[in-house]
Amino acid sequence: MSDVRLQSVRKVYPGGVEAVKGVSLEIADGQFCVLVGPSGCGKSTLLRMVAGLETISGGTCSIGDREVNEVEPADRDIAMVFQNYALYPHMSVYDNMAYGLRNRGTPKDEIDRRVREAARILEVEPFLERRPRALSGGQRQRVAMGRAIVRKPKVFLFDEPLSNLDAKLRIQMRVEIKKLQRALATTSIYVTHDQLEAMTLADQLVVMNKGQVEQAGAPITLYERPITIFVAGFIGAPPMNLLDLPVTGLPGLALASPPSGPVTLGIRPEHLELSAEAGSLSLDLTVTAVEAVGAESYIYGALGGQGPEIIVRIPGRDLPAIGTSLRAIARPENLHFFSRETGLRLN
Amino acid sequence: MEKRVVFNGKLLPYLLLAPQLLITLVFFYWPAGQAVLQSFLVQDAFGLSTEFVWFENYQVLFSKPEYYKSMLTTAIFSSLVAFFSLSIALLLAVQADRHIKFASGYKTLLIWPYAVAPAVAGVLWLFMFQPSLGIVSQSMRVAGFEWNPLLRQDHAMMLVVMAATWKQISYNFLFFLAGLQAIPKSVIEAAAIDGARPARRFWTIIFPLLSPTTFFLLVVNIVYVFFDTFGIIDAATQGGPAKGTETMVYKVYSDGRSGGDLGGSAAQSVVLMVIVIALTAIQFRYVERKVQY
Repeated sequence: MSDVRLQSVRKVYPGGVEAVKGVSLEIADGQFCVLVGPSGCGKSTLLRMVAGLETISGGTCSIGDREVNEVEPADRDIAMVFQNYALYPHMSVYDNMAYGLRNRGTPKDEIDRRVREAARILEVEPFLERRPRALSGGQRQRVAMGRAIVRKPKVFLFDEPLSNLDAKLRIQMRVEIKKLQRALATTSIYVTHDQLEAMTLADQLVVMNKGQVEQAGAPITLYERPITIFVAGFIGAPPMNLLDLPVTGLPGLALASPPSGPVTLGIRPEHLELSAEAGSLSLDLTVTAVEAVGAESYIYGALGGQGPEIIVRIPGRDLPAIGTSLRAIARPENLHFFSRETGLRLN
Repeated sequence: MEKRVVFNGKLLPYLLLAPQLLITLVFFYWPAGQAVLQSFLVQDAFGLSTEFVWFENYQVLFSKPEYYKSMLTTAIFSSLVAFFSLSIALLLAVQADRHIKFASGYKTLLIWPYAVAPAVAGVLWLFMFQPSLGIVSQSMRVAGFEWNPLLRQDHAMMLVVMAATWKQISYNFLFFLAGLQAIPKSVIEAAAIDGARPARRFWTIIFPLLSPTTFFLLVVNIVYVFFDTFGIIDAATQGGPAKGTETMVYKVYSDGRSGGDLGGSAAQSVVLMVIVIALTAIQFRYVERKVQY
């Protein structure tokens, strides 16, 4: 068993800055857990604490059945893929992958077998004798992955591994990482700020903000039932429309059953549809901009003529002219209500 | 699209280079040329007559056993100083590169010795190790060790090696520290996760990645020991006792200035010049190949 358990883990830097404020998480054996959040939310710090590269100021971190708070990184049986790859520039690709095994005194023929197998899986066999400098960004990334998998660790840690790659390669590598993780069934923790990467990779998605976990769960749960305004705004592209509703209501907005107090109303662009009828939510918009992205299009409209901006996703490319007035409606089950004070979900 | 600014004039580049070239010519090539010329001449003690003698000065030089002895002295002196100043500086830099308290104060203090003039450094060490009065010699005598660099050659050699090493550590330290800080932190972290203990991490990752700095410093240190340690030796031992610390550069001075043998002294300078050029060339040719840039 190599599950990872964090119990009220805290990180306080000298000087008093609290980067991680009591995070508790359970990552099951073989699970792919993605930590996502804006920069400075503490996700990388949390990962580095699991790796043993940062000391843990409070709480406990366990890998398998063993508490590892005081265990050296080398003895935690983990492997990490860094954002800048962190390959050893003076060693060949082969030596880069063999280094960890040699340090652990693995027999030579065993090292050779494992390195060649990893090289075959990651398709870096032709480059084994080259130095990292002579490789492209994507190839370096593969070598960094290879260095992680040859050791057959209990846990893989990924620190924004794809952010130095171009968009096309990033999508390709994303799919490969997912496939590889499935095949090896190794517990993985993956840090990213890209919510699309997070949604597609995760078994368990953890949204972090200001050193705390906002919500953890299956990606689709976070998408369908975000429990805080932050998660609602962070997950999904284009982002959810969030409207602060005063008790008096907003001009151009009609709710079939209005809430009793001041709330924040959330509605995803894809849950709005154009209609002449009234729905349980009706928004009267004046079109300010349109975007056609191919299979679908986005309409940007000002609520009630000059109110907050609302994004509506419509299928196809049949776009209204700018300045047109139109009405978007939504079904009751797609409405999200949040407390204005606590930011927590109400419905 | 041509982005560089192009000047068409032929004169301007020469004009811009002129000050540097002038300095190099006047202060380096002219004296060097003079030395070569001088080495072919013999002058009487009063400078009244000068005779062109081709290689006679060199023949005389290489027939004297004391010249080979000064070569040996130089070899011992320079390898000791280069070894100790590089390794101690590296050790200090590795310590300073960690997160320690008062790191900036520590670094500043380490750099100070470099600001001390060689002759002053020599005098400082001379005073400390002066057999009858020196504070270090006295405490050593209390500890039962008879220290006397005025009589014993090995003690004198130790004294100048210590002074020269102490002086050069600051310079090496600065470069090593900069070199260490240029190594990406994540590479070290990757090695730590890969199971390498600190000592192994140092020898397999840090030391190889530091090799461009080490190589550069090796060249600079050799040149330093060959020429710039003159002040230290002059102030501390004056080449003694019994020429036990007479390095080649000190012999150039003592033969030419005190001995009045300008031709022989010039011939020694030329030999010294050739040796340093050869050493540097060898280093660039063979050591550089193994250096990881």
